[in-house]
Amino acid sequence: MNDLTPTREQREAALEGMGCKRKRVEDIRFTQGKGNYVDDIKLPGMLHGDFVRSPHPHARVKKIDDSEALKVPGVLAVITAETLKTVNLAWMPTLAGDVQMVLADGKVLFQNQEVAFVVATDRYAADDGINKVMVEYEPLAPLVDPFKSMDSDAPVLREDLAGKTTGAHGPRKHHNHIFEWSVGDRELTDAAFKKAEVTIKEMISYHRTHPSPLETCQCVCAFDKIKGELTIYGTFQAPHVIRTVVSLIAKLPEQKIHVISPDIGGGFGNKVGAYPGYICAAVASIVTGKPVKWVEDRIENLTATSFARDYHMTTEIAATKDGKVTGLRVHVLADHGAFDACADPSKWPAGFFNIVTGSYDFPTAHLAVDGVYTNKAPGGVAYRCSFRVTEAAYCIERAMDILAQKLNMDPAELRLKNFIKPEQFPYHSALGWEYDSGDYHTAMRKMMETTSYAALRKEQADKRAAFKRGETREIMGLGVSFFTEIVGAGPSKNCDILGIAMFDSCEIRMHPTGAGIARMGTKSQGQGHETTWAQIIATEIGIPADNIMVEEGNTDTAPYGLGTYGSRSTPVAGAAIAMAARKIKAKAQMIAAYKLEVHEDDLEFDIDGFRVKGLPERYMSMKDICWAAYNSVPPGMEPGLEAVSYYDPPNMTYPFGAYLCVMDIDVDTGVYKVRRFYALDDCGTRINPMIIEGQVHGGLTEAFAIAMGQEIRYDETGNVVTGSFMDFFMPTAVETPHWETDFTVTPSPHHPIGAKGVGESPNVGGVPAFSNAVNDAFSFLGSRHIQMPHDFWRNWKAAKELGAVA
Amino acid sequence: MIPGSFSYHRPASVADAVKLLSDLGEDARPLAGGHSLVPMMKLRLATPAHLIDLHGIATLKGIRRDGNNLVIGAMTTQHELLASEEISQAMPILHEAALLIADPQVRYRGTIGGNVANGDPGNDMPALMLTLGATYRLEGPGGSREVAASDFYQGAYFTTLEPGEILTSVSIPVPAAGHGSAYEKLKRKVGDYATAAAAVILTMASGKVATCSIGLTNVHETPLLAADAAKAVIGTSLDAATLKKAAAAAEAIMAPAADARGPVEYRKHVGGIMVTRALQRAAANAK
Ligand SMILES: Cc1cc2nc3c(=O)[nH]c(=O)nc-3n(C[C@H](O)[C@H](O)[C@H](O)COP(=O)(O)OP(=O)(O)OC[C@H]3O[C@@H](n4cnc5c(N)ncnc54)[C@H](O)[C@@H]3O)c2cc1C
Repeated sequence: MNDLTPTREQREAALEGMGCKRKRVEDIRFTQGKGNYVDDIKLPGMLHGDFVRSPHPHARVKKIDDSEALKVPGVLAVITAETLKTVNLAWMPTLAGDVQMVLADGKVLFQNQEVAFVVATDRYAADDGINKVMVEYEPLAPLVDPFKSMDSDAPVLREDLAGKTTGAHGPRKHHNHIFEWSVGDRELTDAAFKKAEVTIKEMISYHRTHPSPLETCQCVCAFDKIKGELTIYGTFQAPHVIRTVVSLIAKLPEQKIHVISPDIGGGFGNKVGAYPGYICAAVASIVTGKPVKWVEDRIENLTATSFARDYHMTTEIAATKDGKVTGLRVHVLADHGAFDACADPSKWPAGFFNIVTGSYDFPTAHLAVDGVYTNKAPGGVAYRCSFRVTEAAYCIERAMDILAQKLNMDPAELRLKNFIKPEQFPYHSALGWEYDSGDYHTAMRKMMETTSYAALRKEQADKRAAFKRGETREIMGLGVSFFTEIVGAGPSKNCDILGIAMFDSCEIRMHPTGAGIARMGTKSQGQGHETTWAQIIATEIGIPADNIMVEEGNTDTAPYGLGTYGSRSTPVAGAAIAMAARKIKAKAQMIAAYKLEVHEDDLEFDIDGFRVKGLPERYMSMKDICWAAYNSVPPGMEPGLEAVSYYDPPNMTYPFGAYLCVMDIDVDTGVYKVRRFYALDDCGTRINPMIIEGQVHGGLTEAFAIAMGQEIRYDETGNVVTGSFMDFFMPTAVETPHWETDFTVTPSPHHPIGAKGVGESPNVGGVPAFSNAVNDAFSFLGSRHIQMPHDFWRNWKAAKELGAVA
Repeated sequence: MIPGSFSYHRPASVADAVKLLSDLGEDARPLAGGHSLVPMMKLRLATPAHLIDLHGIATLKGIRRDGNNLVIGAMTTQHELLASEEISQAMPILHEAALLIADPQVRYRGTIGGNVANGDPGNDMPALMLTLGATYRLEGPGGSREVAASDFYQGAYFTTLEPGEILTSVSIPVPAAGHGSAYEKLKRKVGDYATAAAAVILTMASGKVATCSIGLTNVHETPLLAADAAKAVIGTSLDAATLKKAAAAAEAIMAPAADARGPVEYRKHVGGIMVTRALQRAAANAK
């Protein structure tokens, strides 16, 4: 070895593989404004579509008069439900087994519902056109409060369901009832409550909010009449699913549909489902023979495309006097709006809400969820979380704090006492999941030590005394949250979307010079897949990440996959990538053995190539193997070096974490300050620590927004009052607290590289941390539970109700 | 969020602008920074057929001293107010309040003229102008006139500006040397209008308030001068009881709307707190 021979460390560093804080390759174009988003796509002759929307939350549509609109220069067509009926597309199926109006068919069921689609030569003419479409409505009584949905005198919202006593998920109890879903052992749980020494019961609401990606939902549809092919560029988190859905509902052969997701400016669940805009743009393109673009504006995005949450969770815990939990009983009233357009795996009408036992060893539990209709926008998507997991984590983490308060125990101690123990993994939860791995005690203790938790509690006690003496008007809260997520949907044994198993895929093709391209069924919306996927391959096969190009989003070239949401990309596609890379590596080993003239078993993989065991100087680099794969493969072997893997995960993965929020609240104004926020995440094997940190920062910021003010609110007459970023709380860098991040590493035992997924953990764990901090701050004044969001005026209202302000 | 069609005019003098406005009548609107007008046009809440862009009129820009007054051209941007040494020396409250308007992007475009002429109770400059005793110069087809800021605002988006008139400058008497001032604004986030805000300018003599004026933002359909509250603190050392009285007097004239910032009761309550805090801080920085 001479001085120029790179060391092992240098060779490893050159790969920029797993564990490396590799800079995001996609940021080079994003930070220079050179991304290619849907709205950047301009096709020759392209037309523009825009919606006439309903001002009423509930009304009969008596008449739509488009005659004046058609006189507007540039307006070419006005599409209504009647037009769509001619192609059988006035209604479309939802992912949740319901149907949804594409355009108002006789009735409107929420404010800003799509009523007519105006197609024009430019964006301005389209908007001029919508202002000239005259719609005659007969307003009907709106149903806004989900708790009144099943009243006997509640208005009938869905006339199309008249007489249907069974829905996609079993019997319906009422004309506004969608489904009841129940899991767990009711009798055993009831018995646990009967025997319980201590119980708590609280209705914990998780308000309606919205994923609000900065780029709204949009598409360009281009139908080629000659070839009979439809190309759709769109903001799709799951392009292959969109292709299949379009094929099924538009009755077009799947090979003639090309779905392309270019760069996407954030999704957070908002871009999983299918929206009327896509259907209308496609129909308009088929009708006019021209490409048609539809771009939602901010108001439309916030008020018409999928909302998130709106779960009202009546939660009970049974426990012993010394704080051991013995049972959990939860009933959820789920407000789905006008149509059940939840984007959950098909058999899961309430997603994976049955993760609600959290990180605790509940011997028994029972859960029932009732979904109901109201005159609000449809949706119920997983906003930066696995399906309904944020709701579940919030529910159990608030409830544990309420129990701690009742028992007069420290909330951290109560959690430590009830955690599933490391030796209990794989752990079978009372509501049916098998947790893969975890070490909760270590994570919790690390959080408590790093933050000096005990000292903070002491400071809080002093501050409370000072407040009572009238020396300060500020109260201090400590929000503890310990969450367990369930991500990586999912194993074909329990997850499918419209009958398609939720596997994911990767195809890797190595080129002669030691470079390659990798394509997946996932689609990054900002997660940095182009960076991390290459890192997995780099470590697996010993080719520098810089030499691997990652491509996603084109259904013609990418292998079929179910897309990116629910933190599934790393658990599912990440595994497929490793498995495909291992196939490449296996073939490479055969080629190397042939070239080095040894038996395959005599070779060992060494960072970036193969070495003959015991003869370290006999080595062949992966780069050279790639070359050899195209000119001197062993006799009988096909040339080339590529592989495909479709990965059906054996189980979900269960990331977890321990968060602490320290908050001060001025009771006179309700103004809060997040003094400190500590987030420890365990996502198993860490592929790119810098990207993990970025994901945690983003997820915590969203959690902060949701807990502290972000909501979609309707007034009592059904008007949506949070239609812009003025009122829909979107924090800027100024409001956003400083984040301290930390980690432990408990690899997933069943995942090829032990990774669990992290993008959504901070939203799941963050919301309860903020809300618990607010609730903890007020608890000494006698409060038990204050509903989110905790914006300034509501904090003041809480203080006032507790007698802390005059 | 796509505006309707309009024609665009860019006159080079105030006279041309006034002529265009009077010729084109009701359908014409002056365009300054556009950061209030254009959002309204995108929502089609405003649908002017003609926009008269004032950016081509050089005489509408700049800050100059005129005797005991600072005269600020209508087209002076909020960013330029912030950059002015003269303003931060002579009337630091104007600097402080301008810094609380939206974000740098808005402040690079938004003008003082647009802010005070707009008539939006959420704008911060109007209450400040009342507090400072400013007058506005208006030019119209019938010549020019001066109107006190305190006489200018009549209702939400409703001012004494006559058809064809434009506001050309704002004249502000320089507050007494050694005065204290503070602008306290409660808002939910950067870029939000005030939940409630209070401006205070006062002078102190031997530890007691000698003169005081208090203005209120976004707690009524117009900006307010809280005269009774100001009277209540004169001659006092701002003891707790006085502060309470002043806050109560200010709250008594507030009539905010309930909105996402909070119910009426809350907005009045924090309005009182803003008054208290502004008084205390102004007294502390008076010399
Ligand atoms: C996100 C955001 C947040 C904001 N937050 C705040 C805030 O917190 N506080 C605040 O005070 N403002 C705020 N603003 C408003 C901002 O300061 C505006 O720039 C200002 O209100 C209007 O000034 P402009 O120059 O943009 O006027 P324009 O928008 O151009 O005009 C406003 C109105 O005044 C009329 N007008 C303009 N100039 C004249 C003139 N010389 N003579 C007669 N009429 C005229 C116009 O015809 C129009 O009706 C915010 C704006 C945005 C977009």
